[in-house]
Amino acid sequence: MSAGPQPLLKVEGLKTWFPVRSGVLQRVDRWVRAVDGVDLEIPQGQTLALVGESGCGKTTVGRSILRLEHARAGRVLYKDTDLLALSHAAMRPFRQAMQIVFQDPTSSLDPRMTVRDAIAEGLRSFNIGTNAAERTERVAELMTMVRLDPDHMWRYPHEFSGGQKQRICIARALAVEPKLLICDESVSALDVSIQAQILNLLRELQTKLGLTYLFITHDLGVVGHIADRVAVMYLGQIVETGDVTEIFQAPKHPYTKALLGSVPRLELDRRGLLAAAPGDPPDPANPPAGCRFHTRCLEVFAPCAATAPALIEADGRLCRCHLYDSAINREVGP
Amino acid sequence: MSWIGNAIVAVLLVAGVYVWWRARRNRLWREAMAALARRRRFALIILGIYVVIGMLDAVSWVGGDGVQGVAASEARSVIDRIFKPSVFREKSYSAPFASAEFVGGAALTFPGRHVLGTDLLGDDVLYKTLKGVKVALLIGGLTCLVLIPLALLFGVSAGYFGGRIDDVVFFVMSTLASIPNLLLLIALIMALGKGTLQVCFALGITGWVGLSRLTRAETLKLRELEYVQAARALGVSHFTIVLRHILPNLAHLVIITFALLFTGLVLSETILAYLGIGLDGSWGRMIDQARNELSRDPIIWWNIAAASTALFILVLCVNLIADALRDILDPRTLRERT
Amino acid sequence: MSTPILNVENLTVTFPARGARAPVVDAISLSVAQGEVLALVGESGCGKSMTALAILRLIAKPGRIEPESRIVFEDRDVLGLKVTQMRALRGAGIAMIFQEPMASLNPVQTVGDQVIEALRLHERVGRAAARDRAAAIFERVGIPDPRGRLDAYPHQLSGGLKQRVMIAMMLVVQPRLLIADEPTTALDVTVQAQILALLRELQDELDMSILLITHDFGVVNELSDRVAVMYGGRIAEEGTRAEVLGAPRHPYTQGLLRSIPSLAHRGGELEEITGTVPSLGTWPAGCRFATRCPKVFEPCNEQVPQTVGVSETHNAACHDVARNQPS
Repeated sequence: MSAGPQPLLKVEGLKTWFPVRSGVLQRVDRWVRAVDGVDLEIPQGQTLALVGESGCGKTTVGRSILRLEHARAGRVLYKDTDLLALSHAAMRPFRQAMQIVFQDPTSSLDPRMTVRDAIAEGLRSFNIGTNAAERTERVAELMTMVRLDPDHMWRYPHEFSGGQKQRICIARALAVEPKLLICDESVSALDVSIQAQILNLLRELQTKLGLTYLFITHDLGVVGHIADRVAVMYLGQIVETGDVTEIFQAPKHPYTKALLGSVPRLELDRRGLLAAAPGDPPDPANPPAGCRFHTRCLEVFAPCAATAPALIEADGRLCRCHLYDSAINREVGP
Repeated sequence: MSWIGNAIVAVLLVAGVYVWWRARRNRLWREAMAALARRRRFALIILGIYVVIGMLDAVSWVGGDGVQGVAASEARSVIDRIFKPSVFREKSYSAPFASAEFVGGAALTFPGRHVLGTDLLGDDVLYKTLKGVKVALLIGGLTCLVLIPLALLFGVSAGYFGGRIDDVVFFVMSTLASIPNLLLLIALIMALGKGTLQVCFALGITGWVGLSRLTRAETLKLRELEYVQAARALGVSHFTIVLRHILPNLAHLVIITFALLFTGLVLSETILAYLGIGLDGSWGRMIDQARNELSRDPIIWWNIAAASTALFILVLCVNLIADALRDILDPRTLRERT
Repeated sequence: MSTPILNVENLTVTFPARGARAPVVDAISLSVAQGEVLALVGESGCGKSMTALAILRLIAKPGRIEPESRIVFEDRDVLGLKVTQMRALRGAGIAMIFQEPMASLNPVQTVGDQVIEALRLHERVGRAAARDRAAAIFERVGIPDPRGRLDAYPHQLSGGLKQRVMIAMMLVVQPRLLIADEPTTALDVTVQAQILALLRELQDELDMSILLITHDFGVVNELSDRVAVMYGGRIAEEGTRAEVLGAPRHPYTQGLLRSIPSLAHRGGELEEITGTVPSLGTWPAGCRFATRCPKVFEPCNEQVPQTVGVSETHNAACHDVARNQPS
């Protein structure tokens, strides 16, 4: 979409399906199409937020990019290299360029490893630093960078609070000097005041180290605050993507409108105005025919149940909805 | 063959010191050991006494204390030398601290000196009980040396790699678990022989399934935790992940299971002794040989009492320690301690 | 002014910590009027869930409600009730819905049976009549195909539907006070909007009082009439929705509201509350918030701040508010 310099990360047609087995012989019955044809682009130095509700596949996208899940189709282009086409051995050097910070800080750290060993794990793996003393020094630098006291490096994770543990995870990810950081719901498990600390830290690090972020979250407030671009996911597909301010102020896709409308506001006079999508999200193993959102859509019309819409350009953003497809609209009428 | 016993003791001592030193450097283990010492001081002391007695019986050498006859050319342990069994014996039964034989009332060679009496062949019962300590420790310890690595190998690889490997291991485990344990044991011992090593080996091969299931389940859980995923994202190899992340987090399971297995094995040997395939000199043998003594009139109780009591105390101590360990090593208490 | 339906005075709940007993809830007082929604807001560890459990006397050992506490529900002394009376009160007079609907529903019983069980525990109703009431309630809470769903098992339902079942279980006996502990936190945002709308409808229709426990100020704004902000087991600020959200006086409330990210805050730094919540048993003397407060001055570290009235309905426990108050 952007005609500018090559994006740092470009995902094309990513598909990750999980088999559902049943029967005595455990044959594959159906597939859960967690990620079903996702296209993304992140320009260098920017933050792309991937938003959606539970079950939409956003976490699987992040993990598939890092090959922590096995994608069955698509391309993940880091600069010019398709990561999915590489062998595991060839993939290894690229791992240094892309790291991930998970949601739950407690299960993200080995309870039997000191903080110093946890942060130095990447250093050891990629042979950064010639001996243990050098690595300890680097760990101290990293801890200071994430605003932790380096004297605490010999402590164990359970002696830290949730916010501090998340800082340790960030330090661990940054130890190998990645260019892309995937934050998978990294602030969702934290209290609001701690969340603010971590968000400020992430922004500071982005400026200081020139990082690019893929921020996976369900919290639209966070998206509005830190993202440059946003991609909205529903049931394994991107339904709308574009600049954050534009989308928040004038959403086009009915799901985006429902999502933005469902968030309770803080303004005193904005009460009782919640607009939601009726019903519950459908089963990812059995998506509806045609447009996947049509069963809950308030603006549904004739073609929606029959044809699946493609991601089309509309007013400077991409949107997957028949309403904005001028070809269909010409036939059917408004 | 005395050098085998001596070598094993030496190796055990060195290994024990090494493990102690490594554990002390790690704060989590240090705190766990201190907590255990606080909660089960008495049981630990008694277990320590047992271990010392076992070691004293394992160290042996030839000659040196002026004993005549056949015994002079055999390797004798410290316990042997203290009790001098070829000398310190009677003709047949005698009650504890008695001065006359139990049957007939003839005078004893060492009146009032047999603290726990003598058995059918006149051997001092206290001496035999103390010799049984080493055998019991051997059954528990040696068997686990075979059993635990086997269980870990199968369990962790099945849990971590999944897929075909998991299917194969599961199949083997289920098959083994379906064969009646005792029958398989008897068959193996008949085939391999009745020596200590063979019995321990047979016990090990038939007993690994339980621990393997546990480690497989726990590994399955650990594999999905985010810190393992983070290690993969950091390019750490599978082998290193298993070594540095999976195994240390299984340690608590292994230790507790070891303690419970130990007692189970010692008690199993008692049953094997009943069937005639127990180990030489074990308490199980003593109990088996004493079967008929209880129905005599007047009753001869000291043989079976000594063996059972020694067995009971050992099993009780190890169980109490295992119980305390389960609480101390529980990973959840790690979180609550803050 | 009518008597409040719930009146809590001097409630203290202690847990053992580092040898002594430390208060998780420290001498708080609050009241809920008839038909009103009071939101109890705070972050994790502030004691809000404990307060709710204490009202229903569901605090398990080693926790303890200290004897100087008083809880009065509709003129009855809750802490003095006998066990059987308390059991009758739970569910019928005061009902509670929890955060995780999956954990609150019995997985081996159909949801219909669970609702019927709740009903028959408190009223003498025949089986057929109970089934009718259950179906009617399911319809009221917006469960599609209500009669059919009576025979569904919890695992067959989505999170939103499970929470509706929880609400139905609570509603079927028509309690006068509902305690809702983070009722929408585990739900997707579109489903949350539906549940919040449902709760407001029901509250209007039945004139039910609600004690809403949450950490989300957006939810507070949507549902509540009055707000109480908790920190460290004490109430930092209390007032009407407009007062607390629109013109907060306590530095903690101010910091909290300013640290919520949104599109409006784009590009700037979020205001941070430095430091972390001290763990149980290591509370400082004096004001609990002193270690993190931007407006801290001498008395804060030594004296516990008294509750100062800012207006007739609005008060805050803060030395800074006290010194700025024209007396």
